[in-house]
Amino acid sequence: MKFLSVTLAAAGMATAFAGAAHARNEIRVVGSSTVFPYTQAVAEEFSGKYPEYPAPVIESTGTGGGMKIFCQGVGEAHPDIEDASRAMKPSEWALCQKNGVDDITEAMIGYDGLSIAVSRSNPTAWNLTKAQIFKALAKEIPTGDGKLVPNPYRKWSQIDPNLPDIPITVYGPPPTSGTRDAFVELAMHEGCKELPEVQALKKGMDKKAFKKWVKTHCSPMRQDGPFIEAGENDNLIVQRLEADPNALGIFGFSFLYENEDKLKAVSIEGVAPSPETIASFEYTLSRPLFIYVKNAHRGVIPGLKEFLEEYASEDALGPDGYLVERGLVPLPDDLRAKTRKILLDAVPMKAPGAQ
Amino acid sequence: MNEIREDAAAPAPRAGRGGVDWHDPVLKARLAIRKRRERRLRLFGLLAVVFAFAMLGILVASLVRTGAPAFTQTHVTLRVHLDPKRIPPDNINRGNYRAVIKQAVLALFPEVKNRRKQREIVKIVSKGAPWILRDMVAANPDLVGRTITVDLPVSDPFDQLYKGLIDRSTPEAHRRLKDEAISRFDSLVARGLVRAKFNTYLFTNPDSRFPEIAGLGGAIMGSFYALLTCFVLSFPIGIAAAIWLEEFAPRNRLTDFVEININNLAAVPSVVFGLLGLAVFLGWFDLPRSAPFVGGMVLALMTLPTIIIATRTALKAVPPSIREAALGLGASRQQVVFDHVLPLAMPGILTGTIIGLAQALGETAPLLLIGMNAFITAIPDSPFAAATALPTQIYIWADSPERGFVSRTSAAILVLLGFLVLMNAVAIWLRQRTERRW
Repeated sequence: MKFLSVTLAAAGMATAFAGAAHARNEIRVVGSSTVFPYTQAVAEEFSGKYPEYPAPVIESTGTGGGMKIFCQGVGEAHPDIEDASRAMKPSEWALCQKNGVDDITEAMIGYDGLSIAVSRSNPTAWNLTKAQIFKALAKEIPTGDGKLVPNPYRKWSQIDPNLPDIPITVYGPPPTSGTRDAFVELAMHEGCKELPEVQALKKGMDKKAFKKWVKTHCSPMRQDGPFIEAGENDNLIVQRLEADPNALGIFGFSFLYENEDKLKAVSIEGVAPSPETIASFEYTLSRPLFIYVKNAHRGVIPGLKEFLEEYASEDALGPDGYLVERGLVPLPDDLRAKTRKILLDAVPMKAPGAQ
Repeated sequence: MNEIREDAAAPAPRAGRGGVDWHDPVLKARLAIRKRRERRLRLFGLLAVVFAFAMLGILVASLVRTGAPAFTQTHVTLRVHLDPKRIPPDNINRGNYRAVIKQAVLALFPEVKNRRKQREIVKIVSKGAPWILRDMVAANPDLVGRTITVDLPVSDPFDQLYKGLIDRSTPEAHRRLKDEAISRFDSLVARGLVRAKFNTYLFTNPDSRFPEIAGLGGAIMGSFYALLTCFVLSFPIGIAAAIWLEEFAPRNRLTDFVEININNLAAVPSVVFGLLGLAVFLGWFDLPRSAPFVGGMVLALMTLPTIIIATRTALKAVPPSIREAALGLGASRQQVVFDHVLPLAMPGILTGTIIGLAQALGETAPLLLIGMNAFITAIPDSPFAAATALPTQIYIWADSPERGFVSRTSAAILVLLGFLVLMNAVAIWLRQRTERRW
C-alpha cells in the first residue's frame, strides 16, 4: 500500500515541521470578554491600516484565565497583551514576577457599565436601590444579631410595597464571568453594607474583619430559583427577557446599547445608565477597564508599537472614537492623555496595592 | 381489565377433528389481542420516527428562518472618485479611502451642510467599505484617478432595516436608527441605489467585528487544515493499530486490555482530549496556540478509536476463505493483509473514517481549550497560522452583541450542517458504490 506509506511520511514531516514553523509574527492578546470587543475593534483597524503585518489574534479567556496565560513567561510562546475588566490582583502580580514578567505597563482604557434591564413590554418604570438588589438576589439575608437567614423574598413587592407584585426572576452571568465578579462587588457588597443590620454589625468590628465578613456573607447569590445563571452568552439573556416581560437581566452596557428597541434599563438609585452617568460614576454600577502590556515584547513582536499607537489614538479612545461606538465609556481628557503617555512610553506599573 | 391471558394457564382450545378449531371464541379473542399488540407496536414506531423528523424539521426550519437574511447583503451603489491626492499611487495601502467614500456618500445628499448630520449620513456605508475599496485598488492600481461605480455594503443597522428586521413602528426613542436616518435611507432606496445581493462575503471573508463584512472564510480554512491534520495522523495510525489487533495480535490478557480501552476511549468526552492537548501539545511541546495543526492533533486523538473500530469491523467482514486461499498459495501474512484483505476492507474503512472526520468537524469543546476561538481578521495560510474552526466561529458569533450576528450565527450553523451532510453523503455513496457481498 503505497498510499499508507505516503501518509505516514507526511505525518512525520508535518510533526517535524511544527517546531520550525513556530516563530511568531502576530500580536497575541488574551483576557476579559468585556474588553474583547474593544481590542477586537483596534485589531481590525490595525490590520486595515497595516496590511503588511499579520492579523493580531485576540482571545476571550476571561480576565482571570487570561492573567494565568499572560503571566506564564516572556517570549514568543506567551501573549503580549492582557485585557482586563478589573485591576491586576496581587496574587497575579506575584505569578508574573515569579515567571520573569516584571516589566508590565498598565493602562486604563475607559469605563464599562453593568446594566440591569427589562423588556420594553414591562409596564413598570424600574428603579432599584442596591439594598433592594441585594435582598432580591442574596442567598442569605443578615438579621440583627449577626446571624443570617435564607432569603425569604419571592416577590418584588415583599421587598418594598412600591415595587411591582410579580415574582423575582433575574437572569445573570455565571461565577466564571468577570461581569459576575463586578456585579457582586459593586451591587451585592454595597447593597449588603447599606442594610441597617449590617451597619450595626460594622460598629463592633475592626475594618479588616468587617471587609472579610462582607466578602464571605454578602457574595453568595441565591440558588433557589429567582436568580438564574444564564451562561456566558449575553445574547441569550436578551432573548429570554424578550420572551418573559417580568424577568430582569444583568449584562454589560454594550448589550443594552445594541438592543435599546427591545429592552429598557433599570435605574439604580434613581440614575439610568448612559455614557455620561457611567463616566461620572453617578451610575454606580460602573468599573474601569484595563490593558496590560508586556514591555519585553516591544520591538520583538513586529507591529506591537503600531498596535499600541492605534489603541491609544484619539480615533479609538476619544469621545467620538470607534470604541465609544461599540459601547465603551470614554475616559475624561486628562486621564486619556495619561493613558496615551503610559502606553507609548512603556511606563512600568507598580505592584498592585503598593500605590 | 378482563384481558384474556395467553399463557399456559388458559384453557386449552377445544380441538376440532384432527386440528385447531378456528371458530373457538377464546382463540379468536387471543388472536385479536396479538394483532392489536402488533398494530400498537407499529404505531409507536411510526410515531417515534415522526417525532424525530418533526424535531429535525423544527431545528432546520428555525435555522433557515433566522439564517436566511444572512445570505443576502444590502449594498448601496456609489460613484467614487479615486482622487490621486488622497490615494498616492506609489503607496496605495496608505490611501485615505475613508475620505474618498465619505465624499461619494455626501454627494448623494448635497443639501446637507451640517457637519454632525454629515457624519450621520456617512454611517450608512459599512465601516469596512474602505478596506474593500483598498483591496480593489491594490488589485488594479490603474483605477487611481478614475471615477468608478461600485456597490459597497451598507452598515448593519441599515441592512437590518432593508431586510425588514427592524420594526419601523417602534417609537423613535427606542430605536438605534432615528426617523431622519431612515428617511434618508428610504430616499436612496427610492432612487434605486440600494440593492440586496447574494452575500459572498459570508463565504470568502475572514471574521470581522462588522457583521456586514464578516465571513466564514477563515473558519472554513481553519477547519480544513484541522481536518487534514486529523486525517493525516489518525488514518494511518488507526489502520495500523486495527491491522495489528485484528491480524497479528496474539489473544491474551494484554490485547484484551488494549481492546477494552480502545472502546472506552471512543466514549471519552471530547473536552478531555482538549485538556490533554492543552497540557501536552501546548504545555510540553510548546506548539503555537490557536493553530489548526494542534486542533487537528487533538481531533485525531478523538477520531482514532472510531477509525480503529470501523477498520476492525471492515477487516472482520472479509471472509476467512480469502485469507486461507492466499496463505495456501504461499503468500506471507503481510502479503495477505496488504494485497488482499486491506483492499477489500477499504470501502468500510473509508466510510468509517469519513464519519469520524464528520464528527471531528462538528467538535467544539477541545478547540476552545487550545484557543481556536480567537478573533482573527485573516485567513490562515498554513496549518500553523492562528485560525478558528466552523464550530468555534459559531460560538464567537453567538456571543457578539451586534444584531447582524444573530442571523449570521444561524447561517454559519447551516453552512456547517451542509458540510456534515455532504461528508455523510460521500460516505453513503462510497459504501453503495463499492460494497461487496460475499
